[in-house]
Amino acid sequence: MPLYRDEAVVLRTHKLGEADRIVTMLTREHGKVRAVAKGVRRTASKFGARLEPFMVADVQLYEGRSLDIITQAESVGSYGADITTDYGSYTAASAMVEAADKLTEAEASLQQYLLLVGALRSLARREHGASLTLDSYLLRALSIAGWAPSFNDCSVTGAPGPHSAFVVQLGGVVADAVAPPGAPRLDSNTLLLLSSLLTGDWAAADDADERTRSQASGVVAAYTQFHLDRGLRSLEHVDRRTTA
Amino acid sequence: MYDGIVQELIDELGRLPGIGPKSAQRIAFHILQTETFDVTHLAEVLMTVKEKVRFCDVCGNVTEQELCNICRDPRRSAATICVVEEAKDVVAIERTREFKGLYQVLGGAISPIDGIGPDDLRIRQLMQRLADGTVTEVIIATDPNLEGEATATYLSRMLMHLDLRVTRLASGLPVGGDLEYADEVTLGRAFEGRRLVEN
Ligand SMILES: [Zn+2]
Repeated sequence: MPLYRDEAVVLRTHKLGEADRIVTMLTREHGKVRAVAKGVRRTASKFGARLEPFMVADVQLYEGRSLDIITQAESVGSYGADITTDYGSYTAASAMVEAADKLTEAEASLQQYLLLVGALRSLARREHGASLTLDSYLLRALSIAGWAPSFNDCSVTGAPGPHSAFVVQLGGVVADAVAPPGAPRLDSNTLLLLSSLLTGDWAAADDADERTRSQASGVVAAYTQFHLDRGLRSLEHVDRRTTA
Repeated sequence: MYDGIVQELIDELGRLPGIGPKSAQRIAFHILQTETFDVTHLAEVLMTVKEKVRFCDVCGNVTEQELCNICRDPRRSAATICVVEEAKDVVAIERTREFKGLYQVLGGAISPIDGIGPDDLRIRQLMQRLADGTVTEVIIATDPNLEGEATATYLSRMLMHLDLRVTRLASGLPVGGDLEYADEVTLGRAFEGRRLVEN
């Protein structure tokens, strides 16, 4: 199939030569694809903003020898413009696409695709706080990748919770009997918020206070950095201030 | 893989922006095989550029002195600062002859995925220049692409509490491109039609 179509969300772009870009995208059916968009940096380019990060597009690609070539792109969801008008959303979205880039390969993962598109759409529409949306995305993306954290039952023995000791390396909360000495303890509100973010219980998550949110973000960041190879560069730049 | 020094040359060239492995190999063999190619001159220019060229103490533009041509020019208005990402954007805007103020060259755009946050750009220097009240308008002329827009959003947030006009180049510039590719007429129009940033 030298020519194929798919729906794709753009993860990142790299400049190539004078006016081209290499576009890394997560597609619905072909997994992660790196392809060349010719002439996109010229201001008269027909692709324009359609191949910028956070954009969802219907793309047509020509299978090349090393990299595929994008021959057409029609916008399906242009979330980029709405995301960049809020700095917190922009930094959150950057961390999401970086995580998606690290968590996906050439095999298709419809779940990862839908999760990312849903999270970007939610950011663009300002449905929930940007920082909360990012934390929820990270927990769920890591779960799809096989690293689901446990926030209730002991992740070592399976002993029913609640437990308060949280050990990133052990996969979540652990019973006191197996908790290493000095293991950090999380309060019940933080654990409740983390569970809500993991399951997508937004009514509960939106209610969480500032202190609880920031503690949960710390846990999610530590858990993410532990599981992702070399960590996420974007994470330290995420602007966690809530905007009115 | 080639032997020793040839491969080293290819690797070095391949580290340059926009040059892939194939281009690196092509350039390397051009250097090796073309008799008229003046390697000494190229090497000298490279050395001199690294030695002499620096960033303007005030605006971050490239210069061979402490201050760039524009900052030294008494005819330029100190009341307006145009914020751009790179020195090449200064060249593009100068070509339009629309702008008579000074510049602030950020040295890039905010891109968390590349590990570039606000502190990695010359934003603090910009804030310092605004402290004494001489500047009455800041024109944000970052690239009309995602990182450029996000950088503009960040700057607007930093500047909105200050007593000055903050404007952004008119959206006549096609989105997704680099500022340096905008032709003079389009860029000139974008300057004239710059809009007030609200919030
Ligand atoms: Zn200067």
